[in-house]
Amino acid sequence: MTKSELIEYITEKQNQLTIKDVEMSVKLLLDYMSDILASGERIEIRGFGSFSLHYRAPRTGRNPKTGEAVVLEGKYVPHFKPGKEMRDRVNESIGK
Amino acid sequence: MSDGALTKADLAEKLYEDLGLNKREAKELVELFFEEIRHALENNEQVKLSGFGNFELRDKSQRPGRNPKTGEEIPISARRVVTFRPGQKLKARVEAYVGTES
Repeated sequence: MTKSELIEYITEKQNQLTIKDVEMSVKLLLDYMSDILASGERIEIRGFGSFSLHYRAPRTGRNPKTGEAVVLEGKYVPHFKPGKEMRDRVNESIGK
Repeated sequence: MSDGALTKADLAEKLYEDLGLNKREAKELVELFFEEIRHALENNEQVKLSGFGNFELRDKSQRPGRNPKTGEEIPISARRVVTFRPGQKLKARVEAYVGTES
């Protein structure tokens, strides 16, 4: 499912908002969730999961072409942990 | 907000403030947004949200496990799990974050 399919499906499931409204809403939600993560805050959606940042320690890497050592600084990466309802529903689909 | 984490209520509030959706519409939209993603995933369909990231499914085969308390061997059954791969744009934005806490 892509973003535009998600927008279509949401539009079909309700009867107040036009597809344009839903499109703006979905884009706003994704931008806002990105803003929140970029500011170091967590997101917790009950039954869905939580988004947070994980720290990656600095390390020495290598340029795969030249073999030269490069210093990689510590950084944060987004992390998603599925919630219980999400885990259960996805796992129940196995073998279907 | 319990410990400052963003919740569905905050997302609905944002739709109300920025787009002028009424509170009921905003709440319903937020519910549908997460429900439709979950629905695709439980139908074994990946979800690709460009700029944000992809939710993918991985099937794990059965593997031997152990009860850590008793040492007893119990197989961990085959399962399907959701993983999230952040998109380039989200990764770049988050990488720039310098946390004040370690």
